[in-house]
Amino acid sequence: MVPLLADAPAQLLPARELMAFTLACHIILVPFGVALPLITLVMHRRGLRRNDPVALLLARRWSAVMAVQFAVGVVTGTVLSFEFGLLWPGLMGKWGGVFGIGFGVEAWAFFLEAVLIAIYLYGWRRLKPRTHFLLGLPLPAAALLGAFGILAANSWMNTPQGFTLDAQGKPVNVQVWAAIFTPMFGPQFWHFVVAMLITAGYTVAGVYAVGWLRGRRDRYHRLGFTVPFTLAAVFTPVQFLLGDSLARSVFHKQPVKFAATEIVWRTDTRVPEYIFGRLHPDGSVSGGIKIPQFDSILAGFTTDTKVTGLSSVPASDRPTATQATIAHWAFDLMVVIGSLLILLALWYGWCRLRRHRLPASPWFFRGAACAGVASVVTVECGWITAEVGRQPWIVYGHMRTGEAVTATRPVSLWIMLGLVVVVYLFIFGSLLTVLLKMRAGWRLADGQAADRGREPETDTPYGPRSRVPAGPAGTDDVPPPDGPAPPGDTGSGPGGGGRR
Amino acid sequence: MMPAVLAVVLLLAVAAYACAGGTDYGAGFWDLTAGGAARGRRPRWLIDHAMAPVWEVNNVWLVFVLVLMWTGFPVFFQTVFSAMWLPLALAAIGLVLRGAGFALRKPLRRLAGRRLYGAVFAVSSLLTPFFFGAAVGGIASGRAVPGTEASAHAWANPTSVLFGLIAIVSTAFLGAVFLARDAVRFEAPDLVGYFRWRALGSLVALAVLAAIMLTVTRTDAPHVWHGLTHGVGLGLVILAGVCSLATGLLLLLRSGAWSRVTAVGVVAAAVLAWGAAQRPYLIPTSLTVADAAAGASSLRWLGVVTLVAVLLVCPAVVLLYWLDTHGELEPLSDADLHTAPDHEDPDGHR
Repeated sequence: MVPLLADAPAQLLPARELMAFTLACHIILVPFGVALPLITLVMHRRGLRRNDPVALLLARRWSAVMAVQFAVGVVTGTVLSFEFGLLWPGLMGKWGGVFGIGFGVEAWAFFLEAVLIAIYLYGWRRLKPRTHFLLGLPLPAAALLGAFGILAANSWMNTPQGFTLDAQGKPVNVQVWAAIFTPMFGPQFWHFVVAMLITAGYTVAGVYAVGWLRGRRDRYHRLGFTVPFTLAAVFTPVQFLLGDSLARSVFHKQPVKFAATEIVWRTDTRVPEYIFGRLHPDGSVSGGIKIPQFDSILAGFTTDTKVTGLSSVPASDRPTATQATIAHWAFDLMVVIGSLLILLALWYGWCRLRRHRLPASPWFFRGAACAGVASVVTVECGWITAEVGRQPWIVYGHMRTGEAVTATRPVSLWIMLGLVVVVYLFIFGSLLTVLLKMRAGWRLADGQAADRGREPETDTPYGPRSRVPAGPAGTDDVPPPDGPAPPGDTGSGPGGGGRR
Repeated sequence: MMPAVLAVVLLLAVAAYACAGGTDYGAGFWDLTAGGAARGRRPRWLIDHAMAPVWEVNNVWLVFVLVLMWTGFPVFFQTVFSAMWLPLALAAIGLVLRGAGFALRKPLRRLAGRRLYGAVFAVSSLLTPFFFGAAVGGIASGRAVPGTEASAHAWANPTSVLFGLIAIVSTAFLGAVFLARDAVRFEAPDLVGYFRWRALGSLVALAVLAAIMLTVTRTDAPHVWHGLTHGVGLGLVILAGVCSLATGLLLLLRSGAWSRVTAVGVVAAAVLAWGAAQRPYLIPTSLTVADAAAGASSLRWLGVVTLVAVLLVCPAVVLLYWLDTHGELEPLSDADLHTAPDHEDPDGHR
């Protein structure tokens, strides 16, 4: 039934580029959707437990950031759902019934998360503090459930199972349980979840590390740095073990993919490990650092471990040399950055546990300031390794990416790619601008508050506060400053100062 | 049995998206038509406030529709997205621009910036429902036959164009009805009348379009036309008509409270009528529900997942809408974000 389509259709390249671009953009927001609620709740709890206004202020500011980034994440995520149909109709048409159920879980989890996030973000002012916090508590669980759905689908594409093929090659007798809990599911899921937590933690902490380096060493910056950084640092060594276990699962379950990420050409024992380096179509490797026998040791703990090579399968069933090199570089970059992050985490742990203080060296904070961006890079790298290493398969061993692609003309896809790039540049540029403006506004206000010795915050730099009749609100409601007052701005909101 | 149940679930999800998302798009429509910065400032202020806490949730219905399609009816999903590639691709871009435009305009202070993002938000609020409507038209008129490759024929036809226009006008209608009620909630009496008249106007436009639709589909989408004029479909059409009349009366009588219910009734009944009229087809006369359905065990599990999720999500959604309509949800103000405000945590905790 399945013809051997060695030469890919012309629309494959633009379709892959479009998918890659939109996913690469969306995945930047994912850590904050999955783990920022948890980090914020930790800070929130601290604020409530210790009656700490600084912790509560941080939690409120983080939720304001969450509001903006979650909104953008919602739309970029919806685009991905569309792309399953727009770019890969063959995948969904044939296999949707087998592995779609994971997306079903994800859709509802996401729904729950959107509801809870809306309540959490908009509940600060009028809900009772305890009620508000308790309503926010299920957020991390909803996020985990969403990740469960997505990872179930992705790991199924890596190790498809839970079905039998009938005479026409159609999947029948679907066993949903087996299709969700595929061999790659566990390793991928935990590696992903911890990656999200670490990335969000380092990124948030990085903001305050920069402030620290610039001399803002108040309690606000200290707290904003330590809580997320501690969370991330604790999980960094754990992530190393999880990543190692995932790589070994790939070695056992997807040997050709493993060969691509380690650029192993010939099946052999005592296989050397290349750090970076480039694989050529004839199987030779140029550049890179060669460590003899090390790949066998990594894969099976002895030099006698036999590692399957790329040449063990026909060229049409394995990634090209270029794809293998891409996956290999992404993998190595991820490992290198991960190792550096472990050193940073150990440095931090040493100072905190042994000396009961933050590291004093500015180099530590320079590292911490970069750790966020670095971990976003590792997330991108890990995803590239997983997806490029799986090529040419979209469903490993069962369907080639070229068979799943849409029949739409390549020109339309290229135009769409151009359009999407422009739109996404606009959106992500705006997102960054908005976040930086929020930060600048807060910093300005903090400076003024300090000057006035924490004067009441009745008026902000942006003009008079307006009031929503249901209760007091802030300048979010203020129209463009040149306009007259909005309705209800009589200054007599009946809400009684937001007190309940 | 199970395919039919899930087809009904899918239809209900589409109806929910049409109502929840539609209200949202409608707000964007009135944002677009509100006029210049000075004249449109007050309606836009209301739109920002009314939409803010719930728009993401409203739009998540769409994700659920897509998941139900590809898990429950993979062939249907494949066919729709292959045949109507362009409108759906444009709708996706519209969704992104809309969401981002709305989310990013709020934190902005400068008029120029707000104008740019506001325009992006408003224009895409108009185009997105049109393209969705056009895609539905392609399904209803049976032009998206399984195996069709992307072609303008599938969605640039009388039924599609009409469905697209109906989608725009329905969203405008829903948006105006809800905003008229929100104006009461936010104590802006002048805006109550402002949106009431717009709601009535769009109701009239909707009625005209519905009449044209019934004449055009007679030849252009005969299966759906037959379904709409007989049996269950006819009953739902009549229900939609009754709801329209009731909404019109309620709007004229200035009793805003129930107009939202009847307005949702209009749109939901219309969507359900379309679904009922298509029976037993997902795509009239080429793809039946039974033929498109995934395997029995997939459907059973999809049903289980849906049921569990309904039990989880429904209370949460009800809570959200309840909190929202009772004024319990408010955005953080600058004061909350600038220093530790004194009105936070009055009771100090333990």
